[in-house]
Amino acid sequence: MSDNEQIRLIASAMNEGSPQAKALGFTTLEIGDAVAVLKVPYRPEIVGDPETGVIAGGVVTTLLDHASGQAVHASMDTWTSIATLDLRIDYMRPAEPGLDVLARAHCYKLTRSIAFVRAVAYDRDPEDPVATAQATFMLDSSAGKTPGANLKPSREPRAKTGSVDQ
Amino acid sequence: MSEPDTRLVSMLDSIPYARFLGIRAELAGDEMTAVLPFAQHIVGNPMLPAIHGGVLGAFMEMTALAQLSVAAPMTRQPRTIDVSIEYLRSGRPLTTYARASIKKLGRRIANVHVEAWQETRSAPIATMRGLFLVAPSED
Repeated sequence: MSDNEQIRLIASAMNEGSPQAKALGFTTLEIGDAVAVLKVPYRPEIVGDPETGVIAGGVVTTLLDHASGQAVHASMDTWTSIATLDLRIDYMRPAEPGLDVLARAHCYKLTRSIAFVRAVAYDRDPEDPVATAQATFMLDSSAGKTPGANLKPSREPRAKTGSVDQ
Repeated sequence: MSEPDTRLVSMLDSIPYARFLGIRAELAGDEMTAVLPFAQHIVGNPMLPAIHGGVLGAFMEMTALAQLSVAAPMTRQPRTIDVSIEYLRSGRPLTTYARASIKKLGRRIANVHVEAWQETRSAPIATMRGLFLVAPSED
């Protein structure tokens, strides 16, 4: 299997296997060389301002986060778990009601433990963005975690109650 | 219902995307808590499973907008200028809560900080700082 095939499989697993990405109808239009381009189709259920019909900022947030994650995978030779550490989004203008929103993300720097990503969301032209984003990801974020790890009781000490649950 | 209560309910009811995520809010005096019940469709990572980071960002942005609607009547919905989100812990398959603190509500700009948590208020899973363009009604 070539690298390109592998990264396309990861992208499709991230769109189809992630319930929120599937609920929003994310598709990957392009992926490879540390870049990912994703699309969210416009529909009335994801509007944020009913007076204007503009898609909610939160949908753009999720699309930018998801596209950024795929750009990180597209910059690595082998798959590893990743987690968003922080995400900064500037909203330049409202998306045009009725149009699909696209996001193009580029992982421009990868260190042993951190990935740095820039992304832009747009409806017609990447040069006229709806929003721009800057994100950092932790690599190998699930180290030591098994599938279903989040279903077990929290190991977080309950500071306020003083109980010890470890 | 009090006036802020009415504004809050009508705001959340009117936003399709807030209904899509299942966001509710509870008001005690002027203190509002937004509630995001766990549902399968908000999961991002099905392996752990964990709530999608984008959903947590969207939830905190909606919390900020809801808190602004409680704080003052607006001639139109505030517009988000920018948000900065920090992810502290994985969002487990549990109910998530959020509270917003308006640091400043000016004539044009509002500065809002939001914190989201699950079982333990003192162990937040994510925080957000946001700037909003506002249009408070002139009384």
